[in-house]
Amino acid sequence: MAHIAELPNVLNDSDPMIPRLMRVVKNRPETSNTFTLTLEDPDRIPFKFEPGQFNMVGIAGVGEVPVSVCGDPDSPMLVVHTIRAVGAITDALRRVVPGQFVMVRGPYGHGWPLREAEGHDVVIVCGGIGLAPMRPAVYRLLQARDRYGKCAMLYGTRTEKDILFKREFMRWRTRKDFRFELTLDRGRGVWRGNVGVVTDLISRLDVDAPNTIAMVCGYEMMMRFIVSSLIAQKLDPSRIFISMERNMKCGVGLCGHCQLRGTFVCRSGPVYRYSDIASLLPVREL
Amino acid sequence: MKHDLSAKLAGHPFVQGLSEDHIKFLTGCIANVKFMPGEYVFREGEPADLLFLLRSGQVAVQVYGPGRGVTTLSTMGAGEIVGWSWAVPPYISHFDVVAQQMTLALSVDAKCLRAKCETDPEFGYQMLARMVKVIERRLTATRIQLLDMYGSHR
Ligand SMILES: Cc1cc2nc3c(=O)[nH]c(=O)nc-3n(C[C@H](O)[C@H](O)[C@H](O)COP(=O)(O)OP(=O)(O)OC[C@H]3O[C@@H](n4cnc5c(N)ncnc54)[C@H](O)[C@@H]3O)c2cc1C
Ligand code: FES
Repeated sequence: MAHIAELPNVLNDSDPMIPRLMRVVKNRPETSNTFTLTLEDPDRIPFKFEPGQFNMVGIAGVGEVPVSVCGDPDSPMLVVHTIRAVGAITDALRRVVPGQFVMVRGPYGHGWPLREAEGHDVVIVCGGIGLAPMRPAVYRLLQARDRYGKCAMLYGTRTEKDILFKREFMRWRTRKDFRFELTLDRGRGVWRGNVGVVTDLISRLDVDAPNTIAMVCGYEMMMRFIVSSLIAQKLDPSRIFISMERNMKCGVGLCGHCQLRGTFVCRSGPVYRYSDIASLLPVREL
Repeated sequence: MKHDLSAKLAGHPFVQGLSEDHIKFLTGCIANVKFMPGEYVFREGEPADLLFLLRSGQVAVQVYGPGRGVTTLSTMGAGEIVGWSWAVPPYISHFDVVAQQMTLALSVDAKCLRAKCETDPEFGYQMLARMVKVIERRLTATRIQLLDMYGSHR
């Protein structure tokens, strides 16, 4: 477990609680309730992060929320967040316009085990907005494709209208060295792709369990079903990684808001080895 | 020809763990079939006289409602099976199933299969145990679908 002082590139090294102002370059709608913010540092200071890490993003006088970094880790001049508007703060963020400034603190937390996955097959399973924290990992994986064995990504979402990053999918689909499968809960009209829950796709994979690392992200209830399906494919719980969400305030292990029994999600997570937290997931109200 | 069918059948996950004798026994009920994209495998309301073991391609289970058009409820591909109504009276299909891609399958004659299940209870148990597994998986998937597990509308 790394101490906060060891975490890379917290934007304001002197005090991780003091946000930087970042200029909104673009605010693009992805679906009816989800949008992508592209931000830049007005002083052109590069933003380095590891896939799976998050920022505290906010608006003065409204508040701040944890949001995963969703851009390309190799394009450090832009900070990208894809956000679903669910409440007061995310809704206020949805309304920001280019030129406006938002507050950003981060990056925080531990990301996906891309180093540990080198030399292994990789299965990525995500659903809904869970694709956002996963996208930087996919960029990294594809960029250093020869370091990994077989790579597959399974993505599930409710309807065709809820699909995120459609253009990117087209590109991923054409790659021969990356299996990408998308499934919808319900298919209407001309939809010719998979329909069914994302767990169905897992059982269709030919998984070499002892040689595979799985990374899972999405709504917590969904992750429980995904993990069971992966374990049914004989994956060891220590080879499955999941990204956890809890309410956060400080983001740096000071306030205890994100406590999950003996661990603080902001500091030890959000990405955990499943075997380390398996016993906590079924506990209600934790 | 039968030998060829038997080999294809033996490679399908549905019969994994079935004895050689039972595979041979089942081979007596099967045929090789192919569906082109858009072709119906079966339609709602038709007698459920065939069960399909999919070998490649993809089919969609659909329902049509006036004013709503066609809704696809699930899709299935290689290694999966389509059609359970053969096992439950009155043996009538509840949904439309249409090929989305060129699909290869083994069709199992339901009357022949039911007769074999009656005459050899051990074989019948093996068939039903496999069907229960498929039904359990589909039921779980359906329950998960009901949960809005992607949290899209929370
Ligand atoms: C590490 C981490 C990374 C995250 N990354 C992203 C991301 O990349 N994109 C994104 O859109 N969101 C992400 N989230 C979730 C995001 O932080 C919340 O949606 C946000 O805090 C909601 O704040 P709000 O003020 O807009 O809504 P609130 O007023 O706090 O909540 C509105 C409603 O949404 C529900 N709700 C809020 N947050 C959650 C949640 N996390 N899970 C389930 N229900 C919730 C509440 O119960 C309430 O009903 C992440 C969370 C964490 C902890
Ligand atoms: S958010 Fe304060 S301790 Fe984690």
